Amino acid sequence: MKQTVQFKLNGESIQIEVEPHLSLLQVIREKLELTGTKEGCGMGECGACTVLVDGKAINSCLFPILEVEGKSVTTIEGLIEADGTLHPLQRSFVENGAVQCGFCTPGMVLSAKALLDQHPKPTEKQIRLAISGNLCRCTGYIQIIRAIQAASEQ
Amino acid sequence: MKKFDYLKPQSLEEVLSLLNQFGTKAKLIGGGTDAIVMQRQNKISPDLFISLRGIPGLDHIEGNGLLKIGAMVTHRAIEQSPLIRERFPLLSEASGLLGSVQIRNVATLGGNLCTASPSAETAPPLLVYEAEVHLISQKGERRIPLESFFLGPGETALEQKEVLKEILLQPPPPNSRGAYLKLGRRKAMDLAVVNVAVLLTLNPKTGICERARIALGAVAPTPIRVREAENIIEGNQLNDELIRKAGEMAKHTCSPISDIRASSEYRREMVGVLVEKAIRQSLT
Repeated sequence: MKQTVQFKLNGESIQIEVEPHLSLLQVIREKLELTGTKEGCGMGECGACTVLVDGKAINSCLFPILEVEGKSVTTIEGLIEADGTLHPLQRSFVENGAVQCGFCTPGMVLSAKALLDQHPKPTEKQIRLAISGNLCRCTGYIQIIRAIQAASEQ
Repeated sequence: MKKFDYLKPQSLEEVLSLLNQFGTKAKLIGGGTDAIVMQRQNKISPDLFISLRGIPGLDHIEGNGLLKIGAMVTHRAIEQSPLIRERFPLLSEASGLLGSVQIRNVATLGGNLCTASPSAETAPPLLVYEAEVHLISQKGERRIPLESFFLGPGETALEQKEVLKEILLQPPPPNSRGAYLKLGRRKAMDLAVVNVAVLLTLNPKTGICERARIALGAVAPTPIRVREAENIIEGNQLNDELIRKAGEMAKHTCSPISDIRASSEYRREMVGVLVEKAIRQSLT
């Protein structure tokens, strides 16, 4: 039986009818058609589906949709400004060549955002820890770490 | 994908009455990082999940002497709690090594124990601290040692209509020091091949080890205490030979299996190495 869930998505309040067995990821991609958030493993191992719930990075593939009730969700689409200006982290990823195939990028950027919101000037160790739940199968980790460092220096 | 219902009761009483009503068709869910994965892999197929997330009084970390940790406290909260870091540092370390930031933001201490994986990250530290678990059902409440909570892989003493409410930790005696070591195949996002916790109480004058607690994970059907190894060092001044003997004893007491992560022979060998290393680290 469908249930109503109400939450904030990228700053906007929304209300949607959902089947209770769906994950946050399924609702974001398939109902709300925001396909920036990716599904990699679907098991909480790869971090491609990372979004922020109340500012904290979580794996949306494992997050039951009904648990977002009253919470605030940020996806990669929520980082870009209304006029199309990229978020400093997004710009830094582009400038530092931190995007190869791009599949891990939305999750990487959001894990980095959660880190910088808490620690604006992280050490390299803190950066590595923050993205340890995000796999990049192109293995471009060095560029990703540099991009996060560069964004934190701005 | 098999469908399920998802209920969000508002009180523990409501949880217990739902468990009573739905019996084996229902499954409790904490953070869901194990439960949802098991559901997807068809290891469990409940008709409905009963969420513990909105229940008040399950997410506290409090207490001056006896520390009480609510079952729904996340590993991130444990990792970042100054109180736990100061008083129960081995638990703090273990929670900080579990999964990834994304998992730790959601996964709970109660969930880690109720999944009852032999490699449960937090089990060896909690075993050396002699943690107790507080269980509640409509029949009443009971407190049992964590050691008797684990019955086998995925099996606990939790009755079908019972809920794990709280984890209780008595402060160890003064002059206690310990170490938690996790051997994995990679630095993050991996289950332990072997995990070891050691807690020693040393007499500051004589240097004699008055009390020893040694626990192992991933090398038996449940996380285990190894009293045979504890007995070798308890009451003695520690030297290289005794430390080596304790490691040997732990190695022969455990009963590891071979799986995708490691062979039983390797695990057994590593138990010896890690127990010795953890004892030495506790001494420095």
